[in-house]
Amino acid sequence: MSATLGLLPARPGRFAAAVKRQGALIALAVLVIFGTLRYGERFATGYNVQSVLADDAKYALVALGMSFVIMTGGIDLSVGSVAALGGVVAASLSGAGLLPAMAAAVAVGAAAGLVNGVLIARYRLAPFLVTLATMLSVRGLALHLSGAASVLAAPHGTFTAFGTWSLLGVPVPFWIALALFGAGALALHRTGFGRNVLATGGNEDAARLMGLPVDRTKAAVYVLSGALSGAAGAFLGAQTSSVDTAAGQGWELSAIAAVVVGGTLLTGGVGTVFGTLVGVVLLQLIFNMIVFENSRGELTISSYWESVIRGAFLLGVVLLQVRLTRRRRAG
Amino acid sequence: MTDLTVGRSPEPAAPARARREWYGIAGRYGAGLLLLVLFAYNAAFTPNFLTPTALLDVQLRQAAPVTIVALGMALVIALAGIDLSVGSVMAVAGQVGALSLVAGLDPVPAIVLALLASAACGAFNGVLVARYGVQPIIATLILFIAGRGIAQLLSDGALISFRSPDFQFLGLGRIAGIPMPVVLMVLVAAALWFVVRHTGYGRTLPATGGNEPAARLAGVRTGRVKLVAYVTCGVLAGLAGLAAIAITSASDANNVGLGVELQAIAAVAISGTPLSGGRITVGGTFVGAVTLVLLRNTLVAHGIPTEIAQIVTGLVIVLALFLQRRGR
Amino acid sequence: MSSEPLLRMRGIDKDFAGVPALSGVDMTVAPGEVRALIGQNGAGKSTLIKVLTGVHRRTGGRIRFAGRDVDFGSPQEAQRAGIAPIYQEVNLIPYRSVAENVCIGRAPRRFGLLDWRAVNAEARERLAALGVHVDVTRPLHTYPIATQQMTAIARALAFDARLVIMDEPTSSLAEHEVGILLDVIRRLRDAGVAVVFVSHRLDELYAVADTITVLRDGRTVADAPIAELSKYELVSAMLGRELAESGRRGHRTDAAAEPVVLEASGLRRPPALNGSSVSVRRGEVVGLAGLLGSGRSETARAIFGADPPRGGEVRVAGEPAAFAAPRDAIRARIGFCPEDRKAEGIIPELSVRENLTLALLPRLTRRGIVDRARQREIVARFVDRLGIKLAGPDQKIGELSGGNQQKVLLARWLCTRPDLLILDEPTRGIDVGAKQEIRDLIGELADDGLSVLLISSEIEELVTGCDRVLVLRDGATVAEFSGAGISEDAILHAMAEGVSAGVRTEGGTDD
Repeated sequence: MSATLGLLPARPGRFAAAVKRQGALIALAVLVIFGTLRYGERFATGYNVQSVLADDAKYALVALGMSFVIMTGGIDLSVGSVAALGGVVAASLSGAGLLPAMAAAVAVGAAAGLVNGVLIARYRLAPFLVTLATMLSVRGLALHLSGAASVLAAPHGTFTAFGTWSLLGVPVPFWIALALFGAGALALHRTGFGRNVLATGGNEDAARLMGLPVDRTKAAVYVLSGALSGAAGAFLGAQTSSVDTAAGQGWELSAIAAVVVGGTLLTGGVGTVFGTLVGVVLLQLIFNMIVFENSRGELTISSYWESVIRGAFLLGVVLLQVRLTRRRRAG
Repeated sequence: MTDLTVGRSPEPAAPARARREWYGIAGRYGAGLLLLVLFAYNAAFTPNFLTPTALLDVQLRQAAPVTIVALGMALVIALAGIDLSVGSVMAVAGQVGALSLVAGLDPVPAIVLALLASAACGAFNGVLVARYGVQPIIATLILFIAGRGIAQLLSDGALISFRSPDFQFLGLGRIAGIPMPVVLMVLVAAALWFVVRHTGYGRTLPATGGNEPAARLAGVRTGRVKLVAYVTCGVLAGLAGLAAIAITSASDANNVGLGVELQAIAAVAISGTPLSGGRITVGGTFVGAVTLVLLRNTLVAHGIPTEIAQIVTGLVIVLALFLQRRGR
Repeated sequence: MSSEPLLRMRGIDKDFAGVPALSGVDMTVAPGEVRALIGQNGAGKSTLIKVLTGVHRRTGGRIRFAGRDVDFGSPQEAQRAGIAPIYQEVNLIPYRSVAENVCIGRAPRRFGLLDWRAVNAEARERLAALGVHVDVTRPLHTYPIATQQMTAIARALAFDARLVIMDEPTSSLAEHEVGILLDVIRRLRDAGVAVVFVSHRLDELYAVADTITVLRDGRTVADAPIAELSKYELVSAMLGRELAESGRRGHRTDAAAEPVVLEASGLRRPPALNGSSVSVRRGEVVGLAGLLGSGRSETARAIFGADPPRGGEVRVAGEPAAFAAPRDAIRARIGFCPEDRKAEGIIPELSVRENLTLALLPRLTRRGIVDRARQREIVARFVDRLGIKLAGPDQKIGELSGGNQQKVLLARWLCTRPDLLILDEPTRGIDVGAKQEIRDLIGELADDGLSVLLISSEIEELVTGCDRVLVLRDGATVAEFSGAGISEDAILHAMAEGVSAGVRTEGGTDD
């Protein structure tokens, strides 16, 4: 007996849902088109694109790690501090070359992430408070290691050169970020680990019952987040040739905003890696456009508008998500 | 409904239960104990610690803004919520107050305007959470990001200096020898304590946080309870912002209230209040905030660099969480 | 030559902190057998299932599954052994696709990466074997519960389940979906998979089960092929037949003269409410009988404004009243004591005093400030009146026994001096002494003029304590008895078979 169980929603509904899912991408496209039309070539090509993408690379790494954490239903407030720590370590070791410095930053970040992971997964402490505590502690550690002063990277050498390399017109740091995002997307969609992440966030009790390694998965995403944040700090050091005491401040909340704008639900269980990348680029682009708008001379938008606009974007996304969940609940 | 409390252990034997009780007590009174320890240590080893100047002007005055904010935060946490925007709201209130003074308004109207602005911010958060069901962390994240920008826009990032001896009294004045910010802090704590203990609203707050469906069935207007909590939290943050600018006679939108949200949350956390809501302790929050400030000052006064002090603060928070968990 | 049964549970005991939930329960299931498991709330069937599926560890008895003695320490262990539970709220991952939910944990791979095409194909195949054809790539939550349950069953089979346990699977299903589910159960049976089916819908049980086990108060009270047990016998076994002739409420034959305090008609709120109707006069105790799932609690909540109905009408003292929230009903002098005191009754961290006066707060405060003296006086009065045992009024309510908690909740409503009090299972989970006290109290209050709507699963309670009894079935009122017409027999019959709606019986037994 054939059963057409499940009322399939009408076709238009599916289209609308797809549009909503790619909302961030559409907004990004609109902004890029608008910017190109308004500011001309200087905006859309060459130097500007390069510097925007170079800038975005480190935020993208942090946001990637944050995505995985949020998809398990958790949160990581320590990413900014871990980035600072990674930056300090990398800059200090920059004399030894790019690879050792980068590796050290990643290792240190992973270690910090491990602390988070163990406290959260094994001891079942609240992620918000645990990462709040590590945020404070790790920054203290970073300040201690740097002697509460900026750390200058070795001026000549592969480390600082890394910040300037580009391939096919796109900065290498961004290529790396792109590659990592690709790997992340692949892991999310095609590996057991990725599916476990989504299952854990979707319904942790059910996931446990299904025999999935929930605790291990949770710990792993925090380690991943830490490692990526450490690397992001190293990127910062390479690109600006120094890491100051305020490095990484506010990165955690920017990352969360990017993740949410990109379409990942804060409650976990749903998410897209690609969406986060779009979110990062979108939010940073706003700042870039303000700079251009000012240079036109007609309207002076101070950079403070950037935060207001970012906040407005977040509000829009939030209200959209509310409408979506309401419909789902009623339906 | 099927209740699969997987991993929950059955009723433990007597010794385990006693241990759990000890942890519970430690979690709840740990902050107070730490405060006493710090106090004793400083009394013994910090020169001039026990003088009124040191206690009032240095320790308590420094603790005042954070404590006021933490008290507001406690309200919101009792409802299983959180407010990340308090720092930005402080900045907004500071700017509105300063601009009003510069525009020639008397101190009192200026203060009222600033508090109205902070109340509006709180209402923004409250509506998102209570009416639209948005998660508090995301709802308040919006103003965290945008609020400071708005504050900065009000003066295009520039410092606003003002001259108003009457207004400055808020930050520099004294009543019976006690610095005004400290007076404010104590007044707010006393008022909140009274409200929580003795008013209808105060009793519906932990009820809503403790078991919202039950509270609703008992006729509590849970939506309104939440809204009021967020508005109050905003107003208190605004008050803290005004106190901050009164001390320096200048409003710096870039820096006022930076990092205060995390300090406030930490203060509530170490007071033994669970983030999951249902409990509020005004005294505990007060002690928690003051303790954290004293801890930091103690370490710094004894030559330990702020960075290490930060690490220690982080460890203290984790320890508090541990005890809370074990004491469950 | 009989083969060994697939599952044999013998003499199962389960204690919780010294209080027995199961005592010497036996249950046997053969491969390809569909066994129904039935009992009221608190009878122990959930506990039995949890013991079987590894959520709880039994305190006594033996379990033998697939030829081996087993002692599952975790749900994962039980599942690995081949026991698959399918719960009411489907325990799958809602945002993941149907296919993923079927295969997660053992998905086919290619070069170390998940092979989605193979995953989708396998899921499609398995669901087709159950007669279900859906787009397996869509997220699970976009499908109704029925499809989600099918997914859970498909998953169970994918993991080589030999015994599938379904805990009230049809409670959220529409009629045609139920038919499909029953079909699937028959397919499972044909494939040699054993099924334990927990449900209160007697028609379904009789349609698909081979055998039945009835639990009451933690013991097995019936175990037979279902064909040998009539519905009536079944219901009486479930509810017990402790007839107490003494203490019967003096039927108020003059009740008809009293004004109608509440009149609710045709209440609709799919899927649970399908036109239930209730009326209560002043000083009357009206009982609401029915099996679980018959819509009694939903009716109460609809009246009280906790879950406003989508159709039908409610009138209080003759005036139409559509309460949008409990607050409004409370203002109209109605009180409601919910069924689940843990989830919707007590605020565990707050004191007895706070819990008791919570609903009264608006009237206890003067200009916002709580009148402590009055509060203390009210608490003392009710603690005394109801005989609540506690260390002090400031003791946390979570520390009290179930009976005392229930008394505090009752006091919460009584102190608001309502005109109508709706009680949903007020004596459930309480020791015998407290039960009687509460029943006596209800009678006294009614004599003083309080109207009571009493929902209860204990027939004896309804028979001895009510002036009128309404019977609900499948969300609609099917029978009404009053005065001498109230008898256990009549109520049980109505619950078991249902009488066509609108039949009222006064005086003598119905025929």
